[in-house]
Amino acid sequence: MGIDSALHEIRRLDDLASQDTCLHRLDARAKVLATLFFLVSMLSLGRYEVARLLPFACFPLLLAVQGRVPLGLLFKRAALALPFVLFVGLFNPLIDRTVQLHLGPLAVTGGMLSFTSIMLRSLLAVTTGLVLVGITGFDQICRALGRLGMPTALLVQLQFLYRYLFVLADEALRMLQARAQRCAKNSRPSLREYRALLGSLLLRTLDRAGRIHQAMLCRGFDGQMPDLRPTTAFGPAEWRFCAVWGLFLVAIRVLDLPLYLGAKAGGLIP
Amino acid sequence: MHMADALLSPVVGGTMWAASAGLLAYSSSRLKSSLDDHRVPLMGVLAAFVFAAQMINFSIPGTGSSGHLGGGLILAVLLGPHAAFLSIASVLAVQALFFADGGLLALGCNIFNMGFFSCFLAYPLIYKPLAGETPTRAKLMAGSIIAATMGLQFGAFGVVMETVASGISELPFDSFVLLMQPIHLAIGLVEGVVTAMLLVFLHEARPELFGVARPGLETRSLRPVVVGLALAAMVVGGGLSWFASADPDGLEWATAKVSGKGELAAPETGIHATLDALQKRIALLPDYNFRGAEAAKGEARKDADSWASVDAGTSLSGVLGGFMTLCLAGGVAFVLRRRAQAKA
Repeated sequence: MGIDSALHEIRRLDDLASQDTCLHRLDARAKVLATLFFLVSMLSLGRYEVARLLPFACFPLLLAVQGRVPLGLLFKRAALALPFVLFVGLFNPLIDRTVQLHLGPLAVTGGMLSFTSIMLRSLLAVTTGLVLVGITGFDQICRALGRLGMPTALLVQLQFLYRYLFVLADEALRMLQARAQRCAKNSRPSLREYRALLGSLLLRTLDRAGRIHQAMLCRGFDGQMPDLRPTTAFGPAEWRFCAVWGLFLVAIRVLDLPLYLGAKAGGLIP
Repeated sequence: MHMADALLSPVVGGTMWAASAGLLAYSSSRLKSSLDDHRVPLMGVLAAFVFAAQMINFSIPGTGSSGHLGGGLILAVLLGPHAAFLSIASVLAVQALFFADGGLLALGCNIFNMGFFSCFLAYPLIYKPLAGETPTRAKLMAGSIIAATMGLQFGAFGVVMETVASGISELPFDSFVLLMQPIHLAIGLVEGVVTAMLLVFLHEARPELFGVARPGLETRSLRPVVVGLALAAMVVGGGLSWFASADPDGLEWATAKVSGKGELAAPETGIHATLDALQKRIALLPDYNFRGAEAAKGEARKDADSWASVDAGTSLSGVLGGFMTLCLAGGVAFVLRRRAQAKA
């Protein structure tokens, strides 16, 4: 991914996070905890489970709709995250060839089932993570983790990185554009050019760190970033959110909802 | 080489999260104890630098492919291991949240694979002895190329161990290792060359960054304990998964020897029947999906499989859970100890 598209993607999610819906107003801790619970309950299903993964799609889907996160963006990102999972997962159908069930004339092997399962898991995990950012925002997630016990040094580090990521990436982008304008062909830098590019970016980075430190001292930095939003409390709305999703997730983890529905539907057919 | 959520079981993910969280807590407390707020913006901005640098590709001469900086080792050299570990963790967190590189449960694995090995193994044990107190050009080159390569080899091995221990992928350990290690040998060499280039560049442009002892970087006696603990968690996690995967075969072999036939006939009543009924209720594929002749065979197979796997699964999670608790407790104890020392 190029720097400009990466920056664009980050800003896009950031814009989504600055919306004002009932989900955005919830305390970030509730959303973070619900997401973690979702991941653990979803990923703890057995490796041949396909149908039972499907009800879990409710969580990212409903939250995305309620929090006005466009589904197209989620699927596009999920597709970008696939290569490594695809690479590892592709071996399953090749290695595990025991026939597990027959769908009409098609014999489904265990490997095919587990491969489908891996793809579904990836889709669900990736979209859920993105939805969390889209309805919460990076800064709020970090603060929530801080209030849940993450060390302050790491919290400040995350906030600093997020603040200067744009500055540094812009700087790198300007250097690349200047190079592209001078060298008249749109090729990747050679090793020599790369050394010069990255070296001077590194020098600028170090200088910038010095200037930031001076500015921080002038403004009385006390080891923590000031919070610009009012701190939210874990109130009734948060408890309700956690309780509803918690019960739902426990229910679909324990009960085989698709099998039950399938049996009921099958019973209707004479 | 980002580990992905989809290939991870919660037990392995949780274990690696516990190990990474312990290391993060330890690194944070080490930074707090050496209160030097000059390093706060430096860490943030250098992490942003690594983030940007990872997206600038260069063409590798003679191959037609491209490479880029990973950044673990250069952060460790410029910041010291503890600050570098936090910086790498923050870069990985941004990547996990915005670009879904890996995932939230896999973030623990990724922090460990890419942070721990380069900051707490490759940097102090390989780079530092090779580069020495007064680094020269050759020493910098040798140190960073070997350290970066070794760091990435360990990291790739971590990915293999975590994937195999999770048991979601069918890839057997040996072929996965044979796939991952050579690829990461190449990636590690590129990483080492780029790191060396940048360090030599910095050494010429800013010699004061090298050779000047920075406070808070001296080693303390407790570090090996934490490093050892994290390594133990890793080894045990990987090792136990071996037993878990080897056990069923061994068990079947043993029953075949004892009873003289391939599979034991299941008794019609008693605890086995009860468990069998329970297993059928929670099984993923109900019996009626199997067809006629294959039904009996398939069921017997499934029985044996589920018996063994349930057994191995519980003992695995039991022991790993114990280790998770140990790591967590170690992390908490560490923070408390540091606080107590700071107060005294």
